[in-house]
Amino acid sequence: MASVVCVFRSSFSVPLKEKKLLDVKLGELPSWILMRDFTPKGIAGAFQRGYYRYYNKYVNVKKGGVAGISMVLAAYVVFNYFRCYKELKHERLRKYH
Amino acid sequence: MNENLFSSFITPTMMGLPIVIIITMFPSIMFPSPTRLINNRLISIQQWLVQLTSKQMLSIHNQKGQTWALMLMSLILFIGSTNLLGLLPHSFTPTTQLSLNLGMAIPLWAGTVITGFRHKTKASLAHFLPQGTPLPLIPMLIIIETISLFIQPMALAVRLTANITAGHLLIHLIGGATLALMNISTVTAMVTFTILVLLTILEFAVALIQAYVFTLLVSLYLHDNT
Repeated sequence: MASVVCVFRSSFSVPLKEKKLLDVKLGELPSWILMRDFTPKGIAGAFQRGYYRYYNKYVNVKKGGVAGISMVLAAYVVFNYFRCYKELKHERLRKYH
Repeated sequence: MNENLFSSFITPTMMGLPIVIIITMFPSIMFPSPTRLINNRLISIQQWLVQLTSKQMLSIHNQKGQTWALMLMSLILFIGSTNLLGLLPHSFTPTTQLSLNLGMAIPLWAGTVITGFRHKTKASLAHFLPQGTPLPLIPMLIIIETISLFIQPMALAVRLTANITAGHLLIHLIGGATLALMNISTVTAMVTFTILVLLTILEFAVALIQAYVFTLLVSLYLHDNT
């Protein structure tokens, strides 16, 4: 009974399309990226999955702390810094700008 | 210094895309919708605050005015959260743009006035003439009351814009002054830094107060007209 199960497991493999990113081998990476769903619905689904992954890990817990929103606010500050970098780089303390 | 003092107020575009839309919609992420009977701490705190504010704000209204509860609560949440998020470094505050504030003030004020004219026409028109005015003064007073009615949405929008913009400008200026004074005289820089800390505390208060005032005035205009 156990040997039948072992044989079954070795011959069963997950198709490339449904593998998670960390299970994809490096040689298969370009074909994996090309197989992803880049339609608007797919992109919206990706954002939704990412949002709920963060939300359920840090905010939607029984004893959530301040870390949940403060990480979001820190990312917001960094995003705005990237946005303003062009004007901000003239304000550095340098002799020649 | 002169040019980039106002550069934080221009509409943000990144590579030609108007990301101001994304920045304006960002506060909505901070308010997740409650799904269960007992929610996580973030939602519970927000629910408690919303109940506290709505009870206090809607107590003066009758049945008809209380149908505006959702509108007024979302208004105060939007303005409050947008103002508070604007206090983070380098961020863009949508409420500093007069266009957004006019877009909020004019439809809400027009809604209250039109509600008043539709349901209580005589009482709405009677607002133009206070009780007991002497007869010769009546024409002038009606003109004055009309002007004061039409200035209400302008005052709502400009009050919010000017307060938030002025606060942000002061923070920029005093922060720049502190940095410039640090090499010249450290003591003066410490004094200026203390002023900056006090100003930041004031700005936190102003962010919330302005949201409250805006919503309160809209609800007062509503109370007059229902």
